[in-house]
Amino acid sequence: MRIEILGSSCARCRALEANVRKALTMLGKDAEVVDVTDIQEIMAYGVMATPALVIDGKVVMVGRILSPEEAKKAIVGAGA
Amino acid sequence: MLTMFADWFTYTFLRLPKGRLITEAIHFFVYDIPKIYLLLVVIVFVVAMLRTWTPAEKAKRLLVHRHQFVGNVLAASLGILTPFCTCSAIPMFIGFVESGVPLGVTFSFLVASPMINEVAMVLLWGLFGAKVALLYVGVGLLIAIVSGVIIGQLHMEKYVEDYVYKIKVGAVAGDAPMTFNNRVVASWRYVGEIFRKVAPWVAVGVAIGAFIHGYAPENFLARYAGRDNPFAVLLAVAIGIPLYSNAEGVIPIVQALWAKDLPLGTTLAFMMAVTGLSMPEMIILRSVLKPRLLATFIGVVGLGILIVGYFFNWVL
Repeated sequence: MRIEILGSSCARCRALEANVRKALTMLGKDAEVVDVTDIQEIMAYGVMATPALVIDGKVVMVGRILSPEEAKKAIVGAGA
Repeated sequence: MLTMFADWFTYTFLRLPKGRLITEAIHFFVYDIPKIYLLLVVIVFVVAMLRTWTPAEKAKRLLVHRHQFVGNVLAASLGILTPFCTCSAIPMFIGFVESGVPLGVTFSFLVASPMINEVAMVLLWGLFGAKVALLYVGVGLLIAIVSGVIIGQLHMEKYVEDYVYKIKVGAVAGDAPMTFNNRVVASWRYVGEIFRKVAPWVAVGVAIGAFIHGYAPENFLARYAGRDNPFAVLLAVAIGIPLYSNAEGVIPIVQALWAKDLPLGTTLAFMMAVTGLSMPEMIILRSVLKPRLLATFIGVVGLGILIVGYFFNWVL
């Protein structure tokens, strides 16, 4: 599983990344978490508000900070 | 009701004599803090709720291929509601321009978004009353609309960095549709986030304000930036532009300015310069705008703020 955090490494993006990592620990899952800061790559996903969360190439959330619980749901929902 | 509580707390509970400076300072503190906190929670919650219905993608859909003026008005209004932080400015700008939102309309949005900010509105409401808060929103909208129309008229499309036009924007991704409960929960959490960030500053600001309110020995600032100084607004804007845009950081300063009897126009101009134009924002915008367009943007918005400052000083 490959999880991407889209954003220009701002405070909100780091908060999202921290919660995603917490969610992974809770689930006992191992996944690659990558920061995507390149604007061309971010735009290629059609995302206009950061932070955004991409799981296995699919945008699952845009423009918010997910709580660890929500991040858990998003990861499970992505079905990987 | 809050007045009653403040009266009771100061005069009955603490048994302080009326009319003494320390008493008035405490009364002001006890009255103003709960009032601003209450406004903060209510207004931020309402704006956050409205926001869940207007994500950036929807704003974009509404603005694509709009004509001048109608588009500018709409963009400025959406700018109030659409979530915005400086780190989102670039993807939003590219998303707008790339999908065919006219440049002037995009700028109306870019100006309104940071400048008209619900936290700033709460503070103005709490400190100066509803009239001033609404005035701030109205004037902010006007500046955003007019700046956008002017920039649109200047046809500066070629001063957008070339790579912006080359970026391939993927199919627009949006969030999953939210239920009403989701919206309430998300908005409530946002209120908590903002409250934790802003509340300490409000307390510091009001404390300074209370102190100055009760003790104000002389109008130090009013002497330099007061009504008599024709350059006061210019000075306030010049100081305000490079300052960081966070509304919460500006609270103590605005409090102090107000307590020092600074004219309303000058205070508003300062507040708008701080929130509407800021160094970090310009540095980020520089990556999509060539210097000439960036300078035009700063010039037009700065001029708008100046005019507003002088206008309010003159009218009121």
